[in-house]
Amino acid sequence: MASETTVDRGAEALRELAALIELRRPEAVEETVIAHGELTVVASRSELPALIRFLRDDQACLFTTLIDICGVDYPERDRRFEVVYHLLSMRQNLRIRVKVRVREEEIVPSIVDLHPSANWFEREVFDMLGVLFSGHPDLRRILTDYGFRGHPLRRDFPTTGYVEVRYDEAEKRVVYEPVQLTQDYRLFDFMSPWEGARYVLPGDDKGGR
Amino acid sequence: MKDATGDRLTGEQRIRNFNINFGPQHPAAHGVLRLVLELDGEVVERCDPHIGLLHRGTEKLMESRTYLQNLPYLDRLDYVAPMNQEHAWCLAIEKLTGTPVPRRGSLIRVLYCEIGRILNHLLNVTTQAMDVGALTPPLWGFEEREKLMIFYERACGARLHAAYFRPGGVHQDLPPDLIEDIWAWTESFPQVLDDLDGLLLENRIFKQRNVDIGVVSKEEAQAWGFSGVMVRGSGLAWDLRRSQPYELYDEFDFKIPVGRNGDCYDRYIIRMAEMRESVKIMRQAIEKLEKTKGEPVLTRGKIAPPPRAEMKTSMEALIHHFKLYTEGFRVPAGEVYAAVEAPKGEFGVYLVADGTNRPYRVKLRAPGFAHLAAMDHICRGHLLADVAAILGSLDIVFGEIDR
Repeated sequence: MASETTVDRGAEALRELAALIELRRPEAVEETVIAHGELTVVASRSELPALIRFLRDDQACLFTTLIDICGVDYPERDRRFEVVYHLLSMRQNLRIRVKVRVREEEIVPSIVDLHPSANWFEREVFDMLGVLFSGHPDLRRILTDYGFRGHPLRRDFPTTGYVEVRYDEAEKRVVYEPVQLTQDYRLFDFMSPWEGARYVLPGDDKGGR
Repeated sequence: MKDATGDRLTGEQRIRNFNINFGPQHPAAHGVLRLVLELDGEVVERCDPHIGLLHRGTEKLMESRTYLQNLPYLDRLDYVAPMNQEHAWCLAIEKLTGTPVPRRGSLIRVLYCEIGRILNHLLNVTTQAMDVGALTPPLWGFEEREKLMIFYERACGARLHAAYFRPGGVHQDLPPDLIEDIWAWTESFPQVLDDLDGLLLENRIFKQRNVDIGVVSKEEAQAWGFSGVMVRGSGLAWDLRRSQPYELYDEFDFKIPVGRNGDCYDRYIIRMAEMRESVKIMRQAIEKLEKTKGEPVLTRGKIAPPPRAEMKTSMEALIHHFKLYTEGFRVPAGEVYAAVEAPKGEFGVYLVADGTNRPYRVKLRAPGFAHLAAMDHICRGHLLADVAAILGSLDIVFGEIDR
């Protein structure tokens, strides 16, 4: 019982926070969603730094800790990438998630000057998904190899990658070669045959989709 | 050598800044870290960490595996305290599916999370001491770690990669004699902590190397996204177990140690104090476990396997078992962020589910990533020898940073 009332109070605080943000920064907010006890604010790309600054400095918010930035790839969408910011307010004991939806060629304004910790997080998003950030002081790759090509967390990047490395005894150095698999990468589809499978006859062009 | 005006330069004027590589194979780098250090004499002017040498693409791999197959990947992140990571993964799935955890399962989780915390802090405190010149603490600390890993092994069969926490509880109940042995260990362990303190706390060399080194203020700790011991060392009493209680932590009695100066020495003291608090929590958990003997440890819904005995007689149970371990269970579409107070700080899982048996996207938020990102900021102006002390006190494990 006691925990239920605290959950209610938490949900109430989130609703108030969502209303406050919509009231104070209407131009920045595209929509707000509360699900699973978490508040998600979808922000417009150009207004993002202003919104993050408001969330950091406003006395009712004080989201002073940037927990994480990550990117999600939805190749079928028009605005392909979602850049997701998780913020934490230790003072208010609240969390908030801010999302920006961007096209492949669009550039997201960096928030490094608001939260210095964004430096590496943005580098990681750039490395993994190829989203560019404007105003970032040092947008290099971070996790992948020196000279790596491609962005591994895009859905169209194969899990096996494109190159493999080995030490070459003759050349006395590590060489990069196109990846050669002795057996195909095994991606099992265990979806139920009644629901998941699609039986496509070879050469059946007119068959239904 | 002459300068532009043709005057002869003295030896002092000719000194340029010196760039050196620290790592990737350096005993004080705690794994595979390459630091590019720019030194002015012995003073660090710039520190550029190059990470990713242990990058295994965990997040990419997780997208093509079922939720249950993904669980062991979480062990391989911070391999010093594996079960704490699994915990965040289970919490995320439970949040999305709305699965309750039975009380006994929850207590076992608390017990093993605190064992993980001690495992981690023992490793960190003692190896940090080794980085600044003490050799005995790791020998003493690792003896206790060995005992704890045997507790891991007796619970789940593996010393490191446990895969013991499951969505809905834990895999199997603990044998009674194991609980007794853990109790006996909690009685003897505080003496080991006292011995370690005796070696380090007032040690002249240890204090010279750690006091006022790597000072982090409250504001810096928040701006750089610190969590765990790194914020508590700076004087913020922030602990997710207390401020956003998950599992059953709100019914346990424990204190949150907070530092005053935010230096490496304070962080050492906090880690030692946290181990003492963890022992207290473990003892309370064992007392509560005594009262819940025989109760289930796992919610036997669709996301957990049926009991073995039932599979021998029930066709449905057999089908369920087969389907669970091939197709896996489905998680309703949605996104959650679940965080736990891992020994190193806030470990979070951001899970985007699309309603199938595999996660659409997983982002693993490792505390060490943010801590290491601040390395340049903290190290500037310190001496080269302090880099090792600071790095040790940040508590870096590359499994979780590189993922």
